[in-house]
Amino acid sequence: MSGLVVVAYLIAGVLFIRSLGGLSKQQTAIQGNAFGMLGMTVAIVVTAVAWASSGDLASRIEGLLLLVGAAVIGGVIGATLARRVEMTGMPELVAVLHSFVGMAAVLVGFSTYLRPTAPAVDEVRHIVHAVEIWVGIAVGAVTLTGSIVAWAKLRGSLSGKPLLLPARHMLNAIVAASKLTVVFKRGMAAGYAGVENPLFYLPGTRMLFGDAKKSVDALVAEVRK
Amino acid sequence: MLEESSLVANLFVFVLASFLGLELIRGVSRLLHTPLMSLTNAIASIGIVGSLLITGRPHEDPVITILGTVAIACSSINAVGGFLITERILKMFKKRSN
Repeated sequence: MSGLVVVAYLIAGVLFIRSLGGLSKQQTAIQGNAFGMLGMTVAIVVTAVAWASSGDLASRIEGLLLLVGAAVIGGVIGATLARRVEMTGMPELVAVLHSFVGMAAVLVGFSTYLRPTAPAVDEVRHIVHAVEIWVGIAVGAVTLTGSIVAWAKLRGSLSGKPLLLPARHMLNAIVAASKLTVVFKRGMAAGYAGVENPLFYLPGTRMLFGDAKKSVDALVAEVRK
Repeated sequence: MLEESSLVANLFVFVLASFLGLELIRGVSRLLHTPLMSLTNAIASIGIVGSLLITGRPHEDPVITILGTVAIACSSINAVGGFLITERILKMFKKRSN
């Protein structure tokens, strides 16, 4: 039995590989998506069947109802969301869907911790389990929150501006050291993208009103004369 | 019973799969990056297999049953929704190019 399961998983894996491979060309892209659907179906069906043919009948039926019920409810929700969303809302939907995957990973991590699927026969096995659970939950949690933030940004609920500048320490040091900082500002709104910027109020800062590129080009032209 | 070879074999698969994934993604044209994002998301819902295995195993802990069932529901939302939305995106691309 387990040999058949392994072969089935292998087939599912190959189908997933063909699925991603199909995206290399426009013409084969939709076919690739179909391969992906097939691979997922194979993996799920084989797992359910393999599980259903072990254990005693009563708990099997009970368990099967629960699992199939959950999967069907989830599937219906997913199908409804995918069918109903408008064209402009599709990236948002992908972000939301992905957050569910993150959620699932976190929950599976918790469950594995509470009841390991295989006994840790030695120290190495135990460490591998522990690391795997930790990484699984960490990545799952990042996926969950990151995808929700991505969804909010795509919706416009959160501003698209990143919260931190990557070189902010160096930039701050340069500004502190220089005698004159010129800020080019095009709009009348407050601060940077509507957020107040303390840089503007430093003693060494002057503001030149106008489009940054045009102002710099004009300045350079003047200096060159 | 887990053997040393099983761990090594799994590591083998993991490393090779990583390189394979890299090459597959490299082959995707820029135009198809959005459906790529959607498709890889859909394939990532393979985690449903893990949820099925965890919840299905005989255990008396109701917490695990609840966690596992919610995990299955979450994964299947993505499994079905992910592929359907990828199909929609790809159909849109087809229309544009015709």
